[in-house]
Amino acid sequence: MSNLIEIRGLSFNHGFRVIFDNVDLDIERGKITAIMGPSGTGKTTLLKLISAQLTPRSGKVLVEGQNIHDLGQADLYEMRKRMGMLFQSGALLTDLNVFENVAYPLREHTTLDERMIRYLVLIKLHAVGLRGAAQLMPSELSGGMARRVALARAIVLDPMMIMYDEPFSGQDPISMGVLIKLIKTMNDNMDLTSIIVSHDVKEVSAIADYIYIISNGRIMEQGTPPALEETTSAWARQFLKGLPDGPVHFHYPAPDYNTDLFETE
Amino acid sequence: MLSYLNKIADNFGPLGKKGIVSFERLGRSALFLLRVFQSIPFVFLRPWLFIQQLYSVGVLTIIIIFVAGTFVGMVLGLQGYNILVRFNSESSLGTMVGLTLVRELGPVVTALLFAGRAGSALTAELGLMKTTDQFSALEMMAVDPFKRVIAPRFLAGFFSMPLLAAIFSAVGIYGGYYVGVYLLGVDDGAYWAQMQKSVDFHEDFMNGVWKSIVFGFVATWIALFEGYDSVPTSEGIGRATTQSVVNASLAVLALNFILTALMLETS
Repeated sequence: MSNLIEIRGLSFNHGFRVIFDNVDLDIERGKITAIMGPSGTGKTTLLKLISAQLTPRSGKVLVEGQNIHDLGQADLYEMRKRMGMLFQSGALLTDLNVFENVAYPLREHTTLDERMIRYLVLIKLHAVGLRGAAQLMPSELSGGMARRVALARAIVLDPMMIMYDEPFSGQDPISMGVLIKLIKTMNDNMDLTSIIVSHDVKEVSAIADYIYIISNGRIMEQGTPPALEETTSAWARQFLKGLPDGPVHFHYPAPDYNTDLFETE
Repeated sequence: MLSYLNKIADNFGPLGKKGIVSFERLGRSALFLLRVFQSIPFVFLRPWLFIQQLYSVGVLTIIIIFVAGTFVGMVLGLQGYNILVRFNSESSLGTMVGLTLVRELGPVVTALLFAGRAGSALTAELGLMKTTDQFSALEMMAVDPFKRVIAPRFLAGFFSMPLLAAIFSAVGIYGGYYVGVYLLGVDDGAYWAQMQKSVDFHEDFMNGVWKSIVFGFVATWIALFEGYDSVPTSEGIGRATTQSVVNASLAVLALNFILTALMLETS
């Protein structure tokens, strides 16, 4: 089976607001798939639906052929041990230092001795370039470093897939370059499947194998980065090129300008 | 007529909405408590999680309980003496201080201080964990936050409260002793003998213990739920922390009346 994840007919509401309306989407095994779209379109919600942190109104999310929302807590947790997730903030446990944060999943889910835990944690920290920061507390890390520690923690159990939530937002050019390189090399060297949620077109296009662009609860466009360069969709073109006006208007819907300015009651 | 009805509906609509939101929250808090109960057996498998929390919830609260207990006891000694001396019965000061502390002030003031110190800290900690996605991160690491984070804190609060109340009462009795005996000249032997004669273990002491157990349960439940259910913003954490202290304090005062009435009824 070449698809690790298959989403079929997914619908999700947030209160009365429709976030997803009958969405179909495939994540191919061993590839980097990007989910892109403007802010507030539910990209992070999609990751939460894939990892069953949220339950859809209807539809299925098949992970390795199993509908993840049909699993009981024990089976779901077994599945999650094989899923890594990198949160936008890093979400490190603030009362533990860097070493203990990365060691945390090992201590919770394995019976490895201390020597082996140290060995594994240092390997993962070395992979993200932060072996020297093992004894620092999360409050002593920059945003980029916190994300790299969170990445080391996400891969410490050698998962089959990893989900990145806005990995590039708020990063300086060096941190951004480091993260892009890490995501690509980890995906290729560790036999991972990666899902990146982002709106950073240039960075994502550089490493993604396939891109979905979502907006208004549905998939607006999809394809490989070169194919999307040639897209004929005016909406996708506006998004990818970052044009200020187009199908998505610069102005929020409002009454006529002159009427608004000069009409008095 | 229709517009008149619409106006009435406009006025009562928000009230109804508020009612629904309040009942929803009450329901969520009950489900929250159910999940805490389900997670408690796990804490016995990892007792160090409980011991860590016992330190931050209980041990770190001792100092404030100690200071408050001393002053409350001293005031009781002072006020009690001034009332009792009018009837030439200042030798009963021990009875008054002992009964007031063990039955009422010990559990109630300890619970109020507990809500202000430990309760607010628990709410802020959980609120911050929610805001920084730490609960989601635990879930994604296949770790149940109820078992790992919330249940140990709940047990720590539950077990700390009766012990803190006992410390408060003991320290308060010595505060009253200092003022009554050393400063105002009440007979040393009479202070202790009167207290020993009139404070009953089952009727008085255990009533205070039962109260502090109930207060510990309720104050910890409210503190944890407010933090877990907070809006994940800095403003949301601030509001949750305030609500935690206010709701826990009001709940303790209201429950104190109900428990006192029940205990007097059954005694």
